[in-house]
Amino acid sequence: MKILVSVKRVIDYNVKVRVKTDHTAVDLTNVKMSMNPFCEIAVEEAIRLKEKGVASEVVVVSVGSKSCQETLRTALALGADRAIQVETEDGLDSLSVAKLLAKVAKEEAADLVIMGKQAIDSDNNQTGQMVAALLDYPQATFASEVVIENGEAQVTREIDGGLQTLAITLPAVVTTDLRLNEPRFASLPNIMKAKRKPLDVKTPADLGVEIGSNVSIVSVTPPPQRAGGIKVGSVAELVDKLKNEAKVVS
Amino acid sequence: MSVLIIAEHDNKSLKPATLNTVAAATQIDADVHLLVVGSECQTVVEQASQVAGVTKVLVADNAVYEHQLAENVSKLIVEIASGYSHILAPATTTGKNTLPRVAALLDVAQLSDVIKVVSPDTFVRPIYAGNAIATFKTTDTVKVLTIRSTGFDPVASDGGNAEREVLSQAIASDRSRFVKEQLAESDRPELTAASVIISGGRGMGNGENFKLLEGVADKLGAAIGASRAAVDAGFVPNDLQVGQTGKTVAPDLYIAVGISGAIQHLAGMKDSKIIVAINKDEEAPIFQVADYGLVADLFDAVPELEKSL
Repeated sequence: MKILVSVKRVIDYNVKVRVKTDHTAVDLTNVKMSMNPFCEIAVEEAIRLKEKGVASEVVVVSVGSKSCQETLRTALALGADRAIQVETEDGLDSLSVAKLLAKVAKEEAADLVIMGKQAIDSDNNQTGQMVAALLDYPQATFASEVVIENGEAQVTREIDGGLQTLAITLPAVVTTDLRLNEPRFASLPNIMKAKRKPLDVKTPADLGVEIGSNVSIVSVTPPPQRAGGIKVGSVAELVDKLKNEAKVVS
Repeated sequence: MSVLIIAEHDNKSLKPATLNTVAAATQIDADVHLLVVGSECQTVVEQASQVAGVTKVLVADNAVYEHQLAENVSKLIVEIASGYSHILAPATTTGKNTLPRVAALLDVAQLSDVIKVVSPDTFVRPIYAGNAIATFKTTDTVKVLTIRSTGFDPVASDGGNAEREVLSQAIASDRSRFVKEQLAESDRPELTAASVIISGGRGMGNGENFKLLEGVADKLGAAIGASRAAVDAGFVPNDLQVGQTGKTVAPDLYIAVGISGAIQHLAGMKDSKIIVAINKDEEAPIFQVADYGLVADLFDAVPELEKSL
């Protein structure tokens, strides 16, 4: 079984995000970039399936400028077998990305596509679902457990109010939630080895995909700041404030 | 042109997030249709047709839609999409699961987690976990949006009298099969619908100590939440998580107990009306957003709070 995993390069999860003063975008200059955390979980899951002997090959793909090769090398160091960069400008819209990924999945004849449920920059939570729709594949989003058996994936999903288990026929798309696994760290020897693993570069034209979007950004502004309040000295004072000042407790 | 909304329900009752989505829709157009897709969902249809501002209820009641799987529900929506300028769903796990498929099949973008309607083609949504607010304009012929409930006050659940139309398409989902569901059973309100929430963080120490919060929650009719740190530490299940990667809430009163206030948590609760923080570390960033901060050991303060309510 072949697994395709998509990875996205985003602002590191620990970096404080700042909006450009001209309110056109978030400032990405000299900011630490890393693999999107949900993509790390996707890579980890694919590698575990390979280690268990369920998968035979793990291919990672990223859509963006040359800098996303760094993210692909990270995935290779973690254990993926080879990588594909689809060369585009950064910050492409989700539907264009989905079209490119769907094409790669088809060309690679991937049995399973594993993706993060969302990227922590645009927070869209949609690309995996779009890839599945474009390929007419079944999907299991927000996965917290994946079991592959008899050409099916039994996936436990994190839904509002609890968990749901679906059985989907392969080929299929799975998107990862936080509790699916805890990603490993790449070891130094593996980081060295990853430099020699194959990395192909393709263009949207190679894949026969026309990219473009009808959505434009009007502005990006910082969120309204919340003014800090006061410190209270005791539980009694707190309860008094809640009852008589804020009037949120009767 | 009209707005189509995918109703959120469990075949038994219409979920409140639908009412917030209707509120968003009425800011776009006066002609608002609700699609109820499910199985044996007549009560939901009754409730849907009473919702203020809804002009028509479309009903697809068939066993094939019992679990509202994304594969066939999205195809049904696409079949009826012509004539609609906008297709909306609440930004719940159900809406987020299905609507992007609809957008892809229609070859249009989806704007996720919309918190404000500026005009019928311009919408506001948070990015970077709410650390930036972006305004988008779209010229897509059909605009597909998921609506974050905390951005819109709900419309009334009664007072409406919508006409009904039955949809007969039965689209099977042959490659996706429902196996089981384990829903947390609780007498408490759901996190995203609660007017009071008490959440615990890593400072709770272990899962057992979350029982301390229950006493306060019982007295206030509150839902119980948690920070990602508490979830990662295995204290409580992920469905309690409030934050960037969990649920976004905006109750009247939010009590953060033993939560330091990581950016990722603040993103999920900073729109709450009143925020209370109880933490023994007076430098904790949570105090910068709290209306009332109490520097105290939670193991003393929480039982005392329960007694004084």
